Amino acid sequence: MSALAVDLGIAVAKVGFVMGFVLNLGGLMTWVERKQSAVMQDRVGANRASIFGLRLIGLFHPLADAIKMLTKEDFIPARADRALFLAAPFVSVFFALAGFATIPFGDVLRVGGREISLQAVALNAGILYVFGMLSMGVYGVLLAGWASANNYALLGGQRAAALMISAEIAIGASIMGVCMVYGSLDLQEIARGQGAYWAGVIPKWGIFTQPLGLILFLTAGIASTKRIPFDFPEGESEIIGYFIEYSGMKFGMFMMADFVETVVIAGMTTALFLGGWQVPWLFADGFQFPGGLSVGLPHLVVVALQIGAFVLKVVLMCWFLMLVRWTLPRFRYDQAMRLGWLGLLPLAVLNIVVTAAVLLL
Amino acid sequence: MATLKPVLVTRQVPASPRQRLYLVEVLIGLGVTAGHFFRNMGRWLSGGKGAVTYQWPEERRPLAPRLRSLHRLVRREDGSPRCVACMMCETVCPAHCIYIVAAEHPNPDIEKYPERFDIDLGKCVFCGYCVEACPEDAIRMDTGILEFSAYSRAGMIYSKEVLLGLEPAGADGLPTVQPPAAVIRRGFP
Ligand code: SF4
Ligand code: SF4
Repeated sequence: MSALAVDLGIAVAKVGFVMGFVLNLGGLMTWVERKQSAVMQDRVGANRASIFGLRLIGLFHPLADAIKMLTKEDFIPARADRALFLAAPFVSVFFALAGFATIPFGDVLRVGGREISLQAVALNAGILYVFGMLSMGVYGVLLAGWASANNYALLGGQRAAALMISAEIAIGASIMGVCMVYGSLDLQEIARGQGAYWAGVIPKWGIFTQPLGLILFLTAGIASTKRIPFDFPEGESEIIGYFIEYSGMKFGMFMMADFVETVVIAGMTTALFLGGWQVPWLFADGFQFPGGLSVGLPHLVVVALQIGAFVLKVVLMCWFLMLVRWTLPRFRYDQAMRLGWLGLLPLAVLNIVVTAAVLLL
Repeated sequence: MATLKPVLVTRQVPASPRQRLYLVEVLIGLGVTAGHFFRNMGRWLSGGKGAVTYQWPEERRPLAPRLRSLHRLVRREDGSPRCVACMMCETVCPAHCIYIVAAEHPNPDIEKYPERFDIDLGKCVFCGYCVEACPEDAIRMDTGILEFSAYSRAGMIYSKEVLLGLEPAGADGLPTVQPPAAVIRRGFP
């Protein structure tokens, strides 16, 4: 087997893992959203879809959704720009999905003398890439609004785009502090940098080095996913969103894009602030606890633990984002704009200045 | 008569600095909902019920014994209606939804009997006046049946035969007979 074929195989496997993870988690989020909101609100929640009387706490609902969306009338307005109208949901989903590519889900895996960096794409400017992808999502929204030939959809698209842009600038500014602390734009390097310890006890995770950055990033991140409390592009009954003219699976893709973006934001938070794949006191050759106790572990177990820790952290973050989504009421449009431009952005700049000052001292 | 002057009532309490900061309040709110989440999860995982809602139609909310549900006509020992067609209920009914056709009873001890006795439940307001007015205790609203519906207005008209076929609810408040299938009739008076 040529080296090229092996490289190709490894790349395909990594991309497959990431795609499978993000898509499955995104799909599962439709169930989590219903079930978690139900549990939070003392309800029972989605449990009606059943196969031969088997309900499995509502796990068949995503399946039922898919069948419903695929069999619904696929409507295209007469005066819509057909090509753009069809392209918009794909653009939305694509850029949401592509965002996860540079997020590392483990350290290096050594097999047969090879060192495989456990991220779908190793980029030394990974953060910029994720940004790029998140910001491109605006195009899907704007295209949908424009191509629908519906003034309400157009307005909805403008609202969504204004929100996403104000949020993305705040995201960009809020994670500059992290880049400065760990001295890299490469997400893998940042994750590695979080393996250091203060006094051998407290891990140098972003949540401890950049607490303000975390809050700003989460706020702006939730805004960029267009979900509550920043969901004024949607709101079925009172606000008319950019997807008003979409039906069936094309509408489902916009929903899916939101869920996938939630997963991407969870992954970003994990990689930047929660130590990525780091397990506390787990080093390349096993655990070394602060007391001096150490447990040796084989390489494969360490890698498996790291991947497990990453998945767990992402799932926990998804849970937290859902918790936020089902707790807070919606912002008014002007409030969200003011929060983005007059709250998050100046605070993020302040965060950069303070971080720089601390680093210089 | 004194005229009432409109008064502007301002209920808005100025936000405290902590509330204006928003973040602390957000965290408190998240704590409240997360508390609900974990409490309900704990109840659910330990086999309990982590919800305050009822899963109708599998689960039914307990009903008050006094609740006025679907009417029924009470029978004598021999199965004939206890009603003597005195028209009291028809007269008292505020919705005018009871229609009785009286006929001579073969038994000379009983003056009349209802040849027809229909209640238009599409009009009934479930006030219970008919039950109160009846001197013979011939009509009651104790079946416990709440789930009756029809696809047409005529389907909401329940005849004497249907009303006689109903039974009182059990001790648990649940109906002891199935809700009658809608009886579709034409040529209603
Ligand atoms: S409950 Fe009231 S409205 Fe209904 S039939 Fe009796 S008297 Fe009429
Ligand atoms: S009041 Fe009683 S006895 Fe009189 S007609 Fe009505 S149900 Fe019959």
